[in-house]
Amino acid sequence: MTAAAPIVRISDDALALACGADAVAAAFAAQGCEVRRVSSRGMHRLEPLAEIDGQGFGPLAPGDVAAVLAGTSGRAIGRVEAHPFLARQQRLIFARAGITRPLSLADYAATGGWAGLEQARAIGPAATLDAVEASGLRGRGGAGFPAGTKWRTVAGAPGATKYVVCNADEGDSGTFADRMVMEGDPFLLLEGMAIAAHAVGAGRGYIYVRSEYPHAIRKLEAAIALAAPQLAPFTVEVRVGAGAYVCGEETSLLNSLEGKRGEVRAKPPLPALAGLFGRPTVVNNVLTLASVPWILANGAEAYQAIGFGRSRGTMPIQLAGNVKHGGLFEVGFGITLGELVNEIGGGTASGRPVKAVQVGGPLGAYHPPADFHLPFDYESFAAADGLIGHAGLVVFDDSADMRAQARFAMAFCAAESCGKCTPCRIGSTRGVELLDRLGASDRQPRGPDAVEALPQMRNAAKAPRGSAAEIALLEDLCETMKFGSLCALGGFTPYPVLSALRHWPEEFGA
Amino acid sequence: MAAITIEDILARHDGREGALLPILHDVQAALGYVPEAAIRAIAKALNLSRAEVHGVVSFYHDFRPEPGPRAVIKLCRAEACQARGSEALAAAVRGSDRVAIEPVYCLGLCSVGPNALIGEAVHARLDVARLTALVEALA
Repeated sequence: MTAAAPIVRISDDALALACGADAVAAAFAAQGCEVRRVSSRGMHRLEPLAEIDGQGFGPLAPGDVAAVLAGTSGRAIGRVEAHPFLARQQRLIFARAGITRPLSLADYAATGGWAGLEQARAIGPAATLDAVEASGLRGRGGAGFPAGTKWRTVAGAPGATKYVVCNADEGDSGTFADRMVMEGDPFLLLEGMAIAAHAVGAGRGYIYVRSEYPHAIRKLEAAIALAAPQLAPFTVEVRVGAGAYVCGEETSLLNSLEGKRGEVRAKPPLPALAGLFGRPTVVNNVLTLASVPWILANGAEAYQAIGFGRSRGTMPIQLAGNVKHGGLFEVGFGITLGELVNEIGGGTASGRPVKAVQVGGPLGAYHPPADFHLPFDYESFAAADGLIGHAGLVVFDDSADMRAQARFAMAFCAAESCGKCTPCRIGSTRGVELLDRLGASDRQPRGPDAVEALPQMRNAAKAPRGSAAEIALLEDLCETMKFGSLCALGGFTPYPVLSALRHWPEEFGA
Repeated sequence: MAAITIEDILARHDGREGALLPILHDVQAALGYVPEAAIRAIAKALNLSRAEVHGVVSFYHDFRPEPGPRAVIKLCRAEACQARGSEALAAAVRGSDRVAIEPVYCLGLCSVGPNALIGEAVHARLDVARLTALVEALA
């Protein structure tokens, strides 16, 4: 080496660590380099990714370090910001991804941090509510409820004690954007919460993080301690979940925060009026709250100008599963599913044809390539019997067994049901049984069971049931779950089941 | 160093709103499980019935009613890892007398699976050889 030791930037995000970033960082440090641990760019195929003077190298192993420093590495990807995966993105929430050190207040302030909170304090709570409402921001947790409307309800609710609760129970498979905000830019989330608290008159906030995210928990706790002076008089505390998927549902989350079983509450009353400990409470997803500082700093019109139809602003889309170029892709609403999977994602990692894409987590529908024309926004996916949920895309190649995926959806619902309502608690188990019967290799038409054979069961089918009758029963069960369940767990489990049945009926013996 | 007692943990959370889950996490971390004696002490301190505390302990997957004798590898079995071969991996690699492989549903590393969590350490891009090595390293 001739020049002074370069500054090497490597992510300390959980995904980079899982791919071996610490060993790579140590190898650079052993060569005399100054290593800065920054957030992740979100180009996961290239992790561990090292950046030197804007040039990227990845994925690296410790043995590659000497060649990188000598300028002979075959892992060079050129200028990171010009990489096609990043160049097509429009990053508002993830503007700092890969650029700042997650726990550096200096980095945060130097990249526009706290400008949104300062603006909110300057214009006052009423104008802050107006700005969030005018931006068209919708809840990013999945339901897409207008954030401004929710905040206004809380602001107008009577009571001296109000709360801001951040739902960071990101349990959906195929999603990791919340984790990347918490690990990569924790001050952004805290700033968004402080703006919400200022707007609605809340003094205290909680961030409910799932226990499967230990790195996010540590980063948030450190960030809260560092940023306390900026947040004051608002105070925030991290609370850790305990492995229950259903606690991502807002009323179940509130019960869990109160120290109870994570059982769903019937609505009404809305959490905005009677939420945590019965007080008016804003419950928003991480990405919703993390969108707010940009809106305040840049104006509602600028945010409103991005997007598609009634879905305004950007969505951090997460490309996952069997996809070649997986990672985080933040873009305005309206990009098509096919562009995401084929152009951005590069098709499957296995190189086999794409068979199905599950959009929106375990409760989202499976879409065949015939749906690739769908623009990514709330209404278009709803019209196609799907949902965008938390914007996770899980790609499957042609080896996927769609009946097995449908069975998994029912089994997952059975394991994670809170048990409060019958369609979800019992329907999911009956669904597993039905799908097992449909998949049995030695299937014979099934006669009436002991109950169905009773004389008083006049409406029960007495003729043996073939596949068609079993499938009709499955569809009937799904309808009961969809319309009879208290929350989205039982209510949305039919999406993956019915979409698999509709698009791949031959795999169900139809 | 003296062992952390239930009383220490209860004192640490005195006056906190909604303290039951943080208390149970601390008990689980200190003892490796939540014993019946702890349930009685917690119920008394929080003015709850034993049934209420038991109900919470049994609701959440993270709290164990009995000590787990083995080290645990939590292997992700959710859809994104399924799409990347986690089911075949789980079928091919067994735990041992000293190491249990348990399912977990999503670690948020969905583009680089199959993934596993051991304590607070995360592991990605697992195949049979790498998972076997993790099992052997813990044994």
